[in-house]
Amino acid sequence: MSAGAAGWLQAGLLVVALVAVHRPLGDWMARVFTSPRHGRVEKLVYRAVGVDADAEQRWPTYLRSVLAFSLVSVLFLYLLQRLQSLLPWSNGMPAVESGSAWNTAVSFVTNTNWQGYAGESTMGHLVQMAGLAVQNFLSAAVGLAVAVALVRGFARTRTDRLGNAWVDITRAVTRVLLPLSVLAAVVLVLGGVVQNLSAGTDATTLGGASQFLPGGPVASQEAIKQLGTNGGGFYNANSAHPFEGPSAWISLFQVFLMLVIPFSLPRTFGRMVGDKRQGLAIVGVMATLATASLALNSWAQARAGGAALQLAGAATEGQEVRFGGPLSALFGTATTLTSTGATNSLHDSYTPTGGLLTMANMMLGEVAPGGVGSGLYGMLVLAVIAVFVAGLMVGRTPEYLGKKLGGREMTMASLYVLTTPAIVLIGTAVAMATAAGRGSMLNTGSHGLSEVLYAFTSAGNNNGSAFAGLSANTPFYNTALGLAMAFGRFVPIVLVLALAGRLAQQGRTPATAGTLPTHQVLFVGLLTAVVLVVVGLTYFPALSLGPLAEALS
Amino acid sequence: MPTLRSGRQLVAAVRAVLLATVVLGLVYPLVMLGIAQVIRPGGADGSLVTRDGAVVGSTLIGQAFVSASGDALPQYFQSRPSASDYDGAASGGSNLGPNSSELVDAIDERKQQVAALDDVPLADVPADAVTASASGLDPGISPAYAAIQVQRVASARGASAADVAALVDGATHGRDLGFIGAPYVNVLELNLALDERFGTAG
Repeated sequence: MSAGAAGWLQAGLLVVALVAVHRPLGDWMARVFTSPRHGRVEKLVYRAVGVDADAEQRWPTYLRSVLAFSLVSVLFLYLLQRLQSLLPWSNGMPAVESGSAWNTAVSFVTNTNWQGYAGESTMGHLVQMAGLAVQNFLSAAVGLAVAVALVRGFARTRTDRLGNAWVDITRAVTRVLLPLSVLAAVVLVLGGVVQNLSAGTDATTLGGASQFLPGGPVASQEAIKQLGTNGGGFYNANSAHPFEGPSAWISLFQVFLMLVIPFSLPRTFGRMVGDKRQGLAIVGVMATLATASLALNSWAQARAGGAALQLAGAATEGQEVRFGGPLSALFGTATTLTSTGATNSLHDSYTPTGGLLTMANMMLGEVAPGGVGSGLYGMLVLAVIAVFVAGLMVGRTPEYLGKKLGGREMTMASLYVLTTPAIVLIGTAVAMATAAGRGSMLNTGSHGLSEVLYAFTSAGNNNGSAFAGLSANTPFYNTALGLAMAFGRFVPIVLVLALAGRLAQQGRTPATAGTLPTHQVLFVGLLTAVVLVVVGLTYFPALSLGPLAEALS
Repeated sequence: MPTLRSGRQLVAAVRAVLLATVVLGLVYPLVMLGIAQVIRPGGADGSLVTRDGAVVGSTLIGQAFVSASGDALPQYFQSRPSASDYDGAASGGSNLGPNSSELVDAIDERKQQVAALDDVPLADVPADAVTASASGLDPGISPAYAAIQVQRVASARGASAADVAALVDGATHGRDLGFIGAPYVNVLELNLALDERFGTAG
């Protein structure tokens, strides 16, 4: 079988699996977030945490809960790293340096999982398990909660209540993320991913040299790392490391894990607003963009672009033989279209066009299908923009799902769309204007600029992957990227919850003959165009100086 | 219906994070550890390979088959280039860009070396033989790279090329389910099989 045919078959298998799972999982999540009943274990959680689970919150309170939870999470994770040398199961690792610890704490709490450090030489097992992996669960749960709050804004009428953040976060963990992670971890273990507490083994190779073989509770962390669209590798090489990605089918399974919740959430949305066709339209936009991106990237990576790769004969630099080209391109596409950022190949060494696409995927705002929760709320905000644009064209007051989109609603949506590009472009500009920013580039010329642009794109969009040649573990990048991740996560969350609060207070405008139908192919096309034009074009000047210049030279 | 104020939100947050740390950070991974040690103990421990009672590596992790001075050992199939020299404590790749002149020079030099070692024309050297992997620990090489090494290994061991080629077939892994990933030859498996068949002296 040719590599290309095998590539399309494995993508086909992935699509079949996602289509089969998105309905039951989407329906299940809708039940999880609408059921009035608390589980027995959940009641214990609410008592231990000290919250009244039946008290629904207004949007400012919901926001305060989310922010308080995230703030405490950052502080706790920072402390854990700083105290590492005193903790058990640390394998003699020293305390993490303060700048790196801050960067990593923000990174994992914001669901970014940008890594300035190398896992196997920095983090002991305890910080990995009880710090980083815990935030893999919690940051994904926060994303789910915020998305559900926005959906309630559309689904509810004439109320100032959006639900209870503590209940939503708890249920996201107990009913969705934890059960799925257990199942996924079992599959990963069966596939050969390691799960132990060994400090490592010293082997004597056939050549007579000594080789250190690391240990670690990897499978349990790998499961939620992919499911929660987190992406932070246990080891430096992330999912390319043979202990994280031992075989091709495991790597394909990991792609499935990172896509399954984001692609199921539109179904949840459709259920909760009482019109499954609305969810289908949203998933249609996501699938259109994802398919186009995968096709382009597979095509680009199958040709050896760039002087070095042409000399080698294929784009195998930074690629594992067992995965091969098509599976590497599939993983690279999925990890940048979701906010995962795990890698099974090195994006920095992709062909110029392939590297450009991984960056462009993130620049779309992580909405096709995006991160757990954040992908759905990002796409719904863009749907609001699309409806508004259509309204302008015909001169009507725009409505989406019976909610009028007035000046205040559009202010929130517009600010949402502007926030991330501002962070990315200003951050890149500052880095390129300072010696500290420029000094970290590994590659020269336009590819060097691409490394910096990629870093801020990844941080601002909470992705976490890298053109990893950039030496990011410096005071400048630890600080700047930490800020980019924090603003890139929490400013949009504030805007989304404020928008949700306003939408929930409205009544529902009955649909008339003049209402734009938002469940038809026309709207799918319109929303796709809005994603590409409104969001994508913002970055065109920056892209043309970096990866585009390299691809065309 | 009382609304919690910010101070109480922070207290709730502290409790929630501590509870999550215990349940998700300790109970979950340790339970998975127990399950893993039952359902696939060898794999959970890293698929280690022992020979004569000593650990010689992991079937999942590639290694460099070179002498103490760094020269390729002709009696062994060679792995791909590695940005970290197969150091298990420092996984990672080169991260050099597709137009990097440093990478162009490295690939050029490796091509000459491989062609000289295996006595094949430059055009026959496959791409994976001259490029570094993402992990720096790639356990595999392409069947094409294995094929050009057969003659050299057979000569070094005084064996017939057909016998060596048969062992290569035994260490070749096809695509999973016939279409997932790419075919590869596990180099450590292959070299262990060579040692077992022809002895370690080479």
